[in-house]
Amino acid sequence: MHRFANPTRFLKIAAAVQPWMAGLTIILFGTGLYMAFFTAPPDYQQGESIRIMYVHVPAAWMGMFCYAAMAVASAVALIWKHPLADVAAKATAPVGAAFTFLSLATGSLWGKPMWGTWWVWDARLTSMLILLFLYIGYMALQGAFDDRTRGAKASAVLALVGAVNLPIIKFSVDWWNTLHQTSSFMKQGGPSMPPEMWIPAVVMAVAFKTYYVWVLLVRIRQELTANKVRILRLKQVHGG
Amino acid sequence: MAEFFSMGGYGTYVWTSYGLTAVVLVVLLVVSLKSLKSTETTFDRLRAAVGPKEMKRMETANGDEA
Repeated sequence: MHRFANPTRFLKIAAAVQPWMAGLTIILFGTGLYMAFFTAPPDYQQGESIRIMYVHVPAAWMGMFCYAAMAVASAVALIWKHPLADVAAKATAPVGAAFTFLSLATGSLWGKPMWGTWWVWDARLTSMLILLFLYIGYMALQGAFDDRTRGAKASAVLALVGAVNLPIIKFSVDWWNTLHQTSSFMKQGGPSMPPEMWIPAVVMAVAFKTYYVWVLLVRIRQELTANKVRILRLKQVHGG
Repeated sequence: MAEFFSMGGYGTYVWTSYGLTAVVLVVLLVVSLKSLKSTETTFDRLRAAVGPKEMKRMETANGDEA
């Protein structure tokens, strides 16, 4: 593991892996979209509006996954002071925020025709909105300090405290029986829908995941290079 | 064809969902790639100004810890 912990070595590996992630993402999105529109059947109750599920559910899963990744990276950064962990957490935040925003927006676009409203203060929707605020708070806090290490530390603590929201999101549909339906995927005995419906959702979810890794690599490379730029600038000022 | 785009009357909701997702994901990717490119350009310029000998010394000294 420590072979990859070295930022210089990581930069080389990331640059090499990046085109593969790009290719994989494009292929998976192509396949997933084809399945979502052409092989998946309309729902017997919700008709063609069910196709929103194929972006809504992966976006929601990945919004939560990214937050978990950010919290774990923040913990590693706080405990072991790992130089890459902070960078990885910071690079994850905007991607996770984008996914969370998309799950809320597509959920709204699905709720309007199905529930008759864009928004309700349902437990699932509300806890997901809090997740978006946590991401925004994390990003804002990072830039709120003149001292970068203090900003990193404060935002890492926020990421950890906010992680309590993840199980709340997950179980909100079971604990508070309001409007949002319970999970049709994570069920005992398998998903409560035919394979031609859940397979496209899983393919789209994997596409979202490789997209995340792709953007993560790009953003980590940017952050590490920016660190080097900062050191060189200091050198120019102090060392002549 | 028209039937496909109408999505059984839900066309507006379905296509807006997919369109919005595409826009958000593409914009985030492009912004990230552009930022990497411009940071790398800055770095290359600074590195050239510092010179290869000094760069080597810095990389073994503290560059990696940054």
